[in-house]
Amino acid sequence: MKILVCMSVVPDTTTKITFTDQNTAFNAQGVQFIVNPYDELAITRGLELAEANNGTVTVVHVGLADSEASIRKALSMGVHEAIRIDASPIDAQFVAEQIAPIASGYDLILTGRESIDYNGGAVCGLLGALLNIPSINVVTKIDFAGGVFSFERDIDGGREMLSCAGPVVASAQKDLCEPRIPNMRGIMAARTKPLQVLAATDVQTASKYISYENPVAKSGVKLIDASNAEQLIHILKNEVKVI
Amino acid sequence: MSVIVFAEIDGDHYKKSSLEAIGYGKKLANNLNVSCIAVSFANLSSSAELGLYGADKVVQLNNSAAFASDQGADLFSKACSQLGATVVIVSNTYTGKSLAPRVAIALNASLVTNVISEVDLSNGFTVKRGVFSGKAFAYTTLTKDVKVIALTPNSFDLSKDGAVVAVDSLEVSGDNSKITIERTEKASGKIPLTEAEIVVSAGRGMKGPENWNMIEELAGLMGAATACSKPVSDMGWRPHSEHVGQTGITIKPNLYVAIGISGAIQHLAGVSSSKTIVAINKDPEAPFFKAADYGIVGDAFEILPKLIQALKN
Ligand SMILES: Cc1cc2nc3c(=O)[nH]c(=O)nc-3n(C[C@H](O)[C@H](O)[C@H](O)COP(=O)(O)OP(=O)(O)OC[C@H]3O[C@@H](n4cnc5c(N)ncnc54)[C@H](O)[C@@H]3O)c2cc1C
Ligand SMILES: Nc1ncnc2c1ncn2[C@@H]1O[C@H](COP(=O)(O)O)[C@@H](O)[C@H]1O
Repeated sequence: MKILVCMSVVPDTTTKITFTDQNTAFNAQGVQFIVNPYDELAITRGLELAEANNGTVTVVHVGLADSEASIRKALSMGVHEAIRIDASPIDAQFVAEQIAPIASGYDLILTGRESIDYNGGAVCGLLGALLNIPSINVVTKIDFAGGVFSFERDIDGGREMLSCAGPVVASAQKDLCEPRIPNMRGIMAARTKPLQVLAATDVQTASKYISYENPVAKSGVKLIDASNAEQLIHILKNEVKVI
Repeated sequence: MSVIVFAEIDGDHYKKSSLEAIGYGKKLANNLNVSCIAVSFANLSSSAELGLYGADKVVQLNNSAAFASDQGADLFSKACSQLGATVVIVSNTYTGKSLAPRVAIALNASLVTNVISEVDLSNGFTVKRGVFSGKAFAYTTLTKDVKVIALTPNSFDLSKDGAVVAVDSLEVSGDNSKITIERTEKASGKIPLTEAEIVVSAGRGMKGPENWNMIEELAGLMGAATACSKPVSDMGWRPHSEHVGQTGITIKPNLYVAIGISGAIQHLAGVSSSKTIVAINKDPEAPFFKAADYGIVGDAFEILPKLIQALKN
């Protein structure tokens, strides 16, 4: 079984997000970057499936050389080989179009539910459409038996159980597994595992980020005395008028 | 040429998020001088009423086969092409999000998700979207001729000043899905979190899952969906589908009530766009109070019964 996992590299979750150049660019100064948390789940479940089915896991990342520490982290988790497509990602469509040409020949392609920086939640479906294979979003379970993958996925207000033969692309949602933590042996082995760097393909871009802003801060909390908590309901009903 | 809105149903009625999308589509259609067409896979008697919310016409697709992403997107894309779509609008629901990217590829369109603003046509085609899981917003210009836009639910007001309109049907056909839907489980009567207008959420301060009956009761009385912090779902006190925050669901209700949640940056990221925020916490230094509009410093186990009682009165 050949598995491909798409991996994005994102600011650590504790990062305070700021911008530079008159709010036209993300301020990466002092920011620590990590493997996108959903992609860690995709990698981990990919490894578990590969181990059970005599398979391999390849990680692909669209990004510049400064992501290599995160790629090595994936390798130290047990991923067999990595590919970096050398381009600064512009949007989800750009990423999917870079990955599509190398994604044929895999039985299962995994992405995260979304990247926690651009939150497109789109690469899974885009890849499915580009490769003309099924795409299954937000999966909380993936199994493989009798040549067929089975999935459980979140839907609005519930869940859905599906099955599908490969090749198929699916996006990892929380609950899929516990992310694997690299051990010493994995970290040592990662140093010599293959990391192939490919040139980007020329694609027509679909969007352009022009500026950013932070949310407006709240003007200050109005405290209600605990002994008079009922007052809150009164305010919500009559002043805020939300209930 | 037209603006097409995907009208999504929940059981026997159209979703509120789709009605918001239709109002949004109508405004955009007016600015572009084209018509706004609502497209539906469902055969509901209320379809004609989509006109009230802004649709100039409703088109019912004849093919209501099991709605798997590949087949659904294929059929919907074909309908969009036949109806001359220049812009396609869906809501950021799970269904909308599984459809939108495939439709964008089929129509060679630009795709943008998490949209929270109307389209600015003054300089290209620009929208504002949520990024960094609620920690920031970005303005992005879509550059292809056709655009697919996924709207964040609860971001746009409903208008209901239109009129009942005609419902046409349209034949579309394509390959069968390669996906087999084995089974669907729906929690009946539960309000989906992403679309809820009021959310009651609780954290580790609730001490254990057995205390969630109070949370459920409060939520029930308010007509709210329930949510929780990450550790609460990690420990299995609540299902993961309730986990909100940077690594959970990002929500934008009109009212978010946070009970026994400290207000860590990762939690706030996913909820800080809520219009009104209430924090209830026994620690006056809890960071949530900095992000809240209203706060009560005190023990949730004493405060909740009072709130429940006040709502019952
Ligand atoms: C990579 C990463 C991603 C993360 N993503 C998320 C995310 O998406 N969402 C998320 O929520 N968290 C996330 N976290 C975790 C986050 O950092 C916090 O640990 C978490 O939000 C804390 O949850 P909590 O507020 O329920 O618990 P605690 O931090 O333990 O806070 C409990 C609060 O309850 C109060 N309390 C206790 N007893 C009472 C009482 N009787 N009455 C009233 N108040 C009481 C306490 O004063 C305290 O403020 C993430 C962390 C990491 C490292
Ligand atoms: N630069 C990238 N390189 C490789 N995969 C990516 C990249 N960006 C996003 N992805 C994948 O697509 C998923 C969804 O990303 P997004 O559509 O940006 O929310 C991520 O979880 C990754 O699996």
